Amino acid sequence: MSIKILMSGVTLAGLAVSFSAAAALGGDSDSINQDRVNIKAAKAMPQSVQHQTVSGSRFSVQELITPTGTSVRQYIRADGKVFAVTWTGPSVPDLRQLLGPYFEEYATTGNDSKQPRAHAHRALTHNDLVVRSEGRMRAFSGKAYLLSMVPTGVALDDLR
Amino acid sequence: MICDKLNTELTPDLGKINNFSLRHVKLWVSILLTTIFCLIQVACGGGGSDSGNAPVPTAGAGGTSQTTTLKNFQSLIVETGPANLVNVLTTTVTICNPGDTTRCASIDHVLVDTGSTGLRILSSAIPAGLQLPQKTTVNGSALVECTQFADGYSWGPIKAADLKLGGETISSLSIQIIGDPNFRAVPSDCSSTGPSENTVADFGSNGVIGIGNFIADCGSGCATNTFNRFYYSCNATDCIPTALPVAQQLQHPVALLANHNNGVLLRLPTVPKEGAISAPGTMIFGIGTAPNNGLGNAGIYNLDSTTGTVPISVNGVFYPNSFIDSGSNAVFFSSPNTPVCASGFYCPASPFTSTFGIRGSNGTNTSTNFLVSNADTFFRLHPDFGVAPSLAGNTFGTQSVDLGLPFFFGRNVYTAIEGKTTPAGLGPYVAF
Repeated sequence: MSIKILMSGVTLAGLAVSFSAAAALGGDSDSINQDRVNIKAAKAMPQSVQHQTVSGSRFSVQELITPTGTSVRQYIRADGKVFAVTWTGPSVPDLRQLLGPYFEEYATTGNDSKQPRAHAHRALTHNDLVVRSEGRMRAFSGKAYLLSMVPTGVALDDLR
Repeated sequence: MICDKLNTELTPDLGKINNFSLRHVKLWVSILLTTIFCLIQVACGGGGSDSGNAPVPTAGAGGTSQTTTLKNFQSLIVETGPANLVNVLTTTVTICNPGDTTRCASIDHVLVDTGSTGLRILSSAIPAGLQLPQKTTVNGSALVECTQFADGYSWGPIKAADLKLGGETISSLSIQIIGDPNFRAVPSDCSSTGPSENTVADFGSNGVIGIGNFIADCGSGCATNTFNRFYYSCNATDCIPTALPVAQQLQHPVALLANHNNGVLLRLPTVPKEGAISAPGTMIFGIGTAPNNGLGNAGIYNLDSTTGTVPISVNGVFYPNSFIDSGSNAVFFSSPNTPVCASGFYCPASPFTSTFGIRGSNGTNTSTNFLVSNADTFFRLHPDFGVAPSLAGNTFGTQSVDLGLPFFFGRNVYTAIEGKTTPAGLGPYVAF
């Protein structure tokens, strides 16, 4: 858990993998040009950024910006599967799109009355799904990932 | 008369924590009666008896002195609230049909939230006799909002109401009516932000009065982008996203007061460390505009003018996207070695102290200690308590510290509105 991402290992990939952004969580990164359209991204960063953990796991990060300026990052494994999504910016992104089949689980799993209740926070760990959403108007951020799909050596705190 | 009774019941007696169940029950009965019966022929809340107002001399034009009535405050209460939560800070707001002081309603248990902007009331909390006019877009369609919170969304139309705050009235304020049965169909664009919060149980209160640092709720992003996913234009069959000028978005109600409009002071008493059933408080309008809202020796912490955030550290490590939020029912921060219990809060084996450092963009620094105790033990020992001063929860590795309501106990916390002049300079800032 404490293994740091090797920033020295960062390289820029070419256009071959560009726009393979915004796949739904757990899905294939190939299927997703349509998702970028659905999320109405104002722009996508022209390349993905490759990372390698100390233990050798490879993954890439693809970023896009929604119309209101919220940055959405997709974390993609070497096999092309999206294992995590993060966001930060003035509005909450389209989580139905980004979480895909996991969205209903996120949206309908209830809070008990004596749990943390704040419009500024929602934390859900349910089966394989982990979602953290926080912030206030003008400054939202969050992350979602599938526990079983996170590559070895990726520190969850480094997903941002 | 019922409204007067409510005012009396809720008048804060600072320093005296209500810890008796009987009074608790009485208060609830009083609130219930008020909600039911306040739609009467006399203006509720703001009229007749202004008991508790102190006449104060103010300097008039030409140096002469004149006496005015100071009523720049409202009573607050911290308790479990209508959804049986803890640390819910609420007030009672009086809204009226625009221009009609005979058709008013007092809505109790409206969350006082420094983390949002604008007044929103759950439809179910509004008496049937109050029929507020719908706000429309330039093409005459109904203006409807999808309010985004980190924990979900609230959907409902924007309507106009006269709002009474303290002794002042804001005419024809745009407010959101959440969960309005006439606007049942939620665009999927809106519901894609998370869980729905369109009932009192899901929302956690009868509404929210957002008194944060920003003038409007969404800001320029919604003025320039159609697909902002906050504002919608709805006709009989369909809703489409719409851009909306900042001035037509939900506004900070305090910023619209004729006087005392540069910010808000929340004053909550010190509470017993084991908690209490309820605690009183006061929301005072204005900063340095009256004898009761001076800054004194409070530290000024300027905020990021775009995000409203301020760096806060935990045990020396700074989290840049942090905030101070009366609408959060605990203090949230990262403490990797502290157990998180079934309730989702921290449950340390024994209470411990965390040190938070706050660093304003103006360079002001301070640090403060916060006691974290076991949440499950608290809920087991005190199932009826609504005040939990040492309640904390995990942020799970995100980039913020949230100094929620427990931080406010025993403090005067000032929230200065962006662009407004105060004795300590322009907002946005927090001071305490």
